Amino acid sequence: MATAGREAAARLTTDRDGSQLRLLFAGSWTTANLADREAELDGTLNRRALAGVERAVLSLDQVTHFDTAGAWATLRTARRLRDAGVEVAIEGAGADRQRLLEAVEQTEPAPSPPRGLRFPLSFLANLGKLTLTLGADARALTGFLGLTTLVFLRALLRPSRIRFTSLIHHMQKTGVDSLPIVGLLAFLIGVVLAYQGADQLARFGAQIYTVNLLGISVLREMGILITAIIVAGRSGSAFTAQIGTMKVNQEIDAMRTIGLDPVEVLVLPRALALVLVMPLLTFYANIMAILGGGLMVWVLLGIDPAAFVRQLHQSLNVEALLVGMIKAPVFAFVIGLVGCFEGLRTGGNAESVGTQTTRAVVEAIFLVIVLDAFFSVFFSVIGV
Amino acid sequence: MEQDPAIRIKGLLTQFGSNVIHKDLDLNVRRGEILGLVGGSGSGKSVLMNTIIGLRRPNAGSIEVLGQNVDQANSATLKWLSSRWGVLFQDGALFSSLTVRQNVEVPLKTHTELSEHACAELAEIKVGLAGLPPDAAHKYPSELSGGMRKRAGLARALALDPDILFLDEPTAGLDPIGAASFDSLVQELQRALGLTILMVTHDMDSLYTVCDRVAVLLDRRIKVGTIAELMEDSHPWIAEYFGGPRGRAAADARRRVTDGRKT
Repeated sequence: MATAGREAAARLTTDRDGSQLRLLFAGSWTTANLADREAELDGTLNRRALAGVERAVLSLDQVTHFDTAGAWATLRTARRLRDAGVEVAIEGAGADRQRLLEAVEQTEPAPSPPRGLRFPLSFLANLGKLTLTLGADARALTGFLGLTTLVFLRALLRPSRIRFTSLIHHMQKTGVDSLPIVGLLAFLIGVVLAYQGADQLARFGAQIYTVNLLGISVLREMGILITAIIVAGRSGSAFTAQIGTMKVNQEIDAMRTIGLDPVEVLVLPRALALVLVMPLLTFYANIMAILGGGLMVWVLLGIDPAAFVRQLHQSLNVEALLVGMIKAPVFAFVIGLVGCFEGLRTGGNAESVGTQTTRAVVEAIFLVIVLDAFFSVFFSVIGV
Repeated sequence: MEQDPAIRIKGLLTQFGSNVIHKDLDLNVRRGEILGLVGGSGSGKSVLMNTIIGLRRPNAGSIEVLGQNVDQANSATLKWLSSRWGVLFQDGALFSSLTVRQNVEVPLKTHTELSEHACAELAEIKVGLAGLPPDAAHKYPSELSGGMRKRAGLARALALDPDILFLDEPTAGLDPIGAASFDSLVQELQRALGLTILMVTHDMDSLYTVCDRVAVLLDRRIKVGTIAELMEDSHPWIAEYFGGPRGRAAADARRRVTDGRKT
């Protein structure tokens, strides 16, 4: 087997003759073998062994293999001896090894790494930095909002500027392709809501109001929220990854030099596709959640579909549906905006595509929930 | 008899689907030489290099590196081989989450049991040997220029003092001064450490100044020889390659340098 015993081990013998110390290096002094000899090498250099030594000779005559690690060990030994006030000579190096020794000797040790701040200060510094970036991010996003709105309005005035192929493609990707997952999750949320509602309301003997609870909460909040979160995770992240990859590839720069506006070519079709598709997805999610909940109350409480629809009809009005639906295009625009924005902010390397994608999803979901809270306050003030 | 070659390729066949890249390709790389590998775009230079270092399995044929068959090697042999060769990828392929010194320490820590301290000092020596300033050791790859990343990649490739060094277009993307200093660095290291170097390159100046022999990938096979020998070759691609304006300019430059040394 070639891996074992290919090279003789590194050997070191010391020979003391009065005030002269002879260090005889033999065998193979290479990176792989050095680990065994490191401790021994340090041992021969302790103060007791060096007492009374005035001259030391490092002999490399019998070394069979020698590489930078060997050169480093030799030089380090020599340096330590010199530090201890011993005169050092290196013998038997030969031209090749001499050149290697010189090359290694010329390299300077790296300065110690820059020190970071200690705990209380580092915490404050990080907090400050974070606050500043947060402010800068908010400003940049607002700027991007303005820019995109402008492009949007321009496109509305001159619809020929809209890239319809791209628009339809993104509607397909973000809308039609996400039907299965949105439907399934909405259905399950309906099941969960109905189950929890039935459980609690049964204590008051008010099981029938499970239907009201289900209808109102799905139409006003749950349908749109579930849809927005899925779309942010699925399509918002895809926007960032696509645009980020193009940025790394310098495609965005190429576009600019050709005279294409990346906002018009990339952002407009994506954001517009989401704005168009999201209300449809939300409506679909509402239906699926109510189906899920209806199935659950039938199984759990024995409220049959006819009674369910009657009760739903009594408890709901069009306003409940509109309150939910009106949020859809707003959330869609925010998700598309953040996705494209973070994509365009990707740095020059592949790593930043990943970090930007994560940021886009987190930011989009955060903004959606914040906006939802604002909507709730707004609707309660105007009394809807 | 000639010494065992460092790399011996026999009857190599490489194909992607029905697209044959190499067929009946033979190549011997002698110990201690710098061999330049050239060929047109898409002729499979990088594929050949990847096959030699075991990143890609050959469809047929055998590849021996330092007497070990790469294709049929077990994991122990592969580990040994990977400690005996160093690879410099085109853009350095440095680990982006590690500093330069930590990058160089990775092979040391994988293959040896050296102490933390020894690893750090050896890594710093390699960083210095690769021609980087000492303070570059604590920088991250993203803070380095393209040329410095290549040098850092070279430092990592040299970490274990390998027998064979693979360089994939080491001077591509460097300015002429940087490229020239990289060339002389490679030459110096080769002399000091006794390396065998296989270098994929299109840099005419590198071919003339650094390489002992040149291997030309042509029609799915390899023609190898010194530049002078290859100039005699009648193949139109080789004639165009070395006889074209760039080839002639590099040859003239080389001649001026050697003449200057004589006088």
